[in-house]
Amino acid sequence: MQDLLYFSQQLINGLTIGSTYALIAIGYTMVYGIIGMINFAHGEIYMIGAYTALIAITGLAALGLAWLPLILIVALLCAMIVSSSMGWAVERVAYRPVRGRHRLIPLISAIGMSIFLQNYVHLAQGSRNIGFPALIDGGFNFGSGDGFQMSLSYMQITIFITTLICMTALSLFISRSRTGRACRAVSQDLGMASLLGIDTNRIISATFVIGAALAAVAGLLLGMYYGSVDPLFGFIAGLKAFTAAVLGGIGSIPGAMLGGLILGVAESMTSGYLSGEYKDVISFSLLILILLFKPTGLLGKPEVEKI
Amino acid sequence: MAANNFRHALFCAIITLIISYPIIGFNLEAQGINVTLTGADATTITMVFLAAVIVFLFQLFREQVMGALRGIPSPFPEAKNEPMAENKRAKIESWVLTGIVVFALFWPFLVSRGSVDLATLVLIYIMLALGLNVVVGLAGLLDLGYVAFYAVGAYTFALLSQYLGISFWLALPIGALLAALFGLVLGFPVLRLRGDYLAIVTLGFGEIIRILLNNWTTLTGGPNGIGGIPDPTLFGMEFGRRVKEEGNTSFHETFGIAYSGEHKVIFLYLIALVLAVFTALVIRRFMRMPVGRAWEALREDEIAARSLGLSRTAVKLSAFTIGAFFAGFAGTVFASKQGFISPESFVFLESAIILAIVVLGGMGSQIGVVLAAIAVTILPELAREFSEYRMLIFGAAMVLMMVWRPQGLMPMRRIHIELKKQE
Repeated sequence: MQDLLYFSQQLINGLTIGSTYALIAIGYTMVYGIIGMINFAHGEIYMIGAYTALIAITGLAALGLAWLPLILIVALLCAMIVSSSMGWAVERVAYRPVRGRHRLIPLISAIGMSIFLQNYVHLAQGSRNIGFPALIDGGFNFGSGDGFQMSLSYMQITIFITTLICMTALSLFISRSRTGRACRAVSQDLGMASLLGIDTNRIISATFVIGAALAAVAGLLLGMYYGSVDPLFGFIAGLKAFTAAVLGGIGSIPGAMLGGLILGVAESMTSGYLSGEYKDVISFSLLILILLFKPTGLLGKPEVEKI
Repeated sequence: MAANNFRHALFCAIITLIISYPIIGFNLEAQGINVTLTGADATTITMVFLAAVIVFLFQLFREQVMGALRGIPSPFPEAKNEPMAENKRAKIESWVLTGIVVFALFWPFLVSRGSVDLATLVLIYIMLALGLNVVVGLAGLLDLGYVAFYAVGAYTFALLSQYLGISFWLALPIGALLAALFGLVLGFPVLRLRGDYLAIVTLGFGEIIRILLNNWTTLTGGPNGIGGIPDPTLFGMEFGRRVKEEGNTSFHETFGIAYSGEHKVIFLYLIALVLAVFTALVIRRFMRMPVGRAWEALREDEIAARSLGLSRTAVKLSAFTIGAFFAGFAGTVFASKQGFISPESFVFLESAIILAIVVLGGMGSQIGVVLAAIAVTILPELAREFSEYRMLIFGAAMVLMMVWRPQGLMPMRRIHIELKKQE
C-alpha cells in the first residue's frame, strides 16, 4: 500500500510537470511543422511569460485587488499578450529574414535571439531568482497518518484543468477554424498553400503567436508551482519541452501532448526512485536515444529527403 | 498604400511598447519572501517610448531609409581593380602572419602581467574557435556541446595530476587524445542525424557531461571543482619561488636571476602561443588535404558528395574528432592557467561564445576566426562599463550577422581558378 501511494505520488507529480512541458512543446512542434526550424528562443518566451505574470500579480496585489480568480485571469492575459507579442517580434526580426536559407543559419540566429532575450530580462530584472507567491495552496491528502502521505494539491489540479482547457481550445481551433485549417494546409505544403491564396506569412506569424501564448500559460503555472523565477529558467525548460516534442514526433500536436506527459513521468520517477540530481541526465539521454533510434518520434510522420 | 503603411508602423510601435514596457518599466524586488514592484525611473521609461517612436518612424519610412542605406558605399569595397595574383597574395599573407607571430613572441616582455594573462585567455579561445571552425565552418556540423570536449581536456589534466602526479607535458597529449576519443565515441552514433537534430543532441551531450561533473562528487569534487593543478615546467625547471617536487630545479635559480611572478605568466603565454600556432598550422594543412576538401564537399551538397564515393560517416567523424582533439588541447592549457577548475567554466554559454566567434569571424576562415576571438575576448575588457551588456550584444550580433552577413566578417577565400572571359 505504501509503495502504491509513493508510486502514485510520483505519477501525479510527473503528470503535473509533464502537462506544462506539453504546453511549451506545442510551440516547438507547430513551428517545426510549418517552417522546419527549431525555435531555440521559445524557452525564453516562456520565461518572459512567467516574469510578466509575476509582475502583473504583484502589481494587482499592490493595487489592492484581492479576488484570486480575477488576479489570476488578468495575470494570465497579461502574460499571454506580452509573450505573443514577443513571439511575433522575434519571428519578424530574427527568423523571417533568414527563412529559406541554409538550415544552420536560422538555428544560429535563434540561438543568438535566445541569448539576447535571456540577457534582456537579466539586465532589466536582475539575475537573482525571485519568489513567486503561492496563491493557491492546500490540497487533499491520502494515506494513513503515520506512513507515507500522498498529496494532491489544488495547484496541481489547477495545472491539470488549465492545461486541459488550453489543449481542447487548441485542438478545436486547429480543426475547426479558418486559420487553423490554413495552418494545417501550410504545414502540409507551404508552396502549394500560398498558390491557393493563403497568406503564408500571416499563418507563420500566427503559429509563433499561438505557441508563445501557450508558453506564457505554462510560464504562469510552472512559476507558481516551483515558487520562483529567474532569467535562466527558460533554457532548461525549453530543452525539456523540445525533448517532449521530439519524443512525440516533431510536427505533430497530439504527439507533443503525449511526449510531454511521458517525459514528465519519466523525470519524476527518476527523481523519486533514483536521485533528483540525475533527472536532467535522464531526459537528455532519452532525447539522444529517440533521435538515434526513432527520429520520427512516437506519432510523427517519416520525413523523406528530397533531392 | 500609405494608410496601410501607417497602420503597420503603428502596430509595430505598439508591439515594441508591449514587449519592452512591462519588463523594463517595472522592477521586481525581493525583500525576504515578499516581492514588491517599483516603477523604473523616468529616463528608462522615456527610452522605452523613444524606442517605440523610432520603430514607428522606421517602419513608416522604411522604403526611404532602406534606399538611403543602400546609397552609402559599403565599408568593405569589392575588389575594384584586378585581384592580386593568387601566389603573390599567398606570399604576402605568409610574411604578414610570420611577422605577427614573431611580434607576439616578444610582446609579453614589454607589457604588464594582466595583459599577458588576458592574452593567454585569448589564445585559448583562438584554439577553441579554430577547432570548432573545423566542425561548424568546414564540415557544416553544428556542434552546440563543444565545451564538453574542452571540459574533458581540462578535467583529464586535473585528475591525472591529482591522482597520478602526471605533469603538464604528459597530460597535454593524453587530454587531447581522450577528448578526441570522446568525440569519436559520441560522433559515431549521432553523425547520421540531420543538421538541427545533431545540434540538439550535442547540446544534450554537453549538458550531460556538465551534470555528471557536477554530481560525481567523489571523483571530480562536484561544484567545488579541483584545485592545486600544477604549473607546466620547462625541462624540469619549475616557475614557483620554491621547488615543489623532488628532482626539479627552479627557473630563477638555474639562470641566476631574481624570482619574479611574471616568468610563469609569460611562460604560460608562450606555451599557449606555440600551441595556438600549431593548431592553426595543422588545421591549415588539413584544409588542403583530401579530407579537408571532403568536409567542404559534404557541407555543400551531401547527396552529390556521397554519389562521388565519399563516405559520409568517415568524413564527418574525422572533422568531429579533430575538432574535439583541439578542444582537449585548449582544455589542458586552461586548467594549468587557472590552477583550479569547476563545472562552472563549462556551461552552454561557453559553447555559445565559441560558436559566436566562429560565426562572427566567417565560418571556415581561419584569419577571420582569430580576429573574432581577439575582438570577442578583449572588447569587453576594454569597455568595462559595458561588460554587463556583453552577452546582450553577443546575442544581437549573432542575429544581425545571420541576417545581413551570414558569411562572416572575413569570409573564407578559396584558392580557385577563374576562367578568363574571351574578348
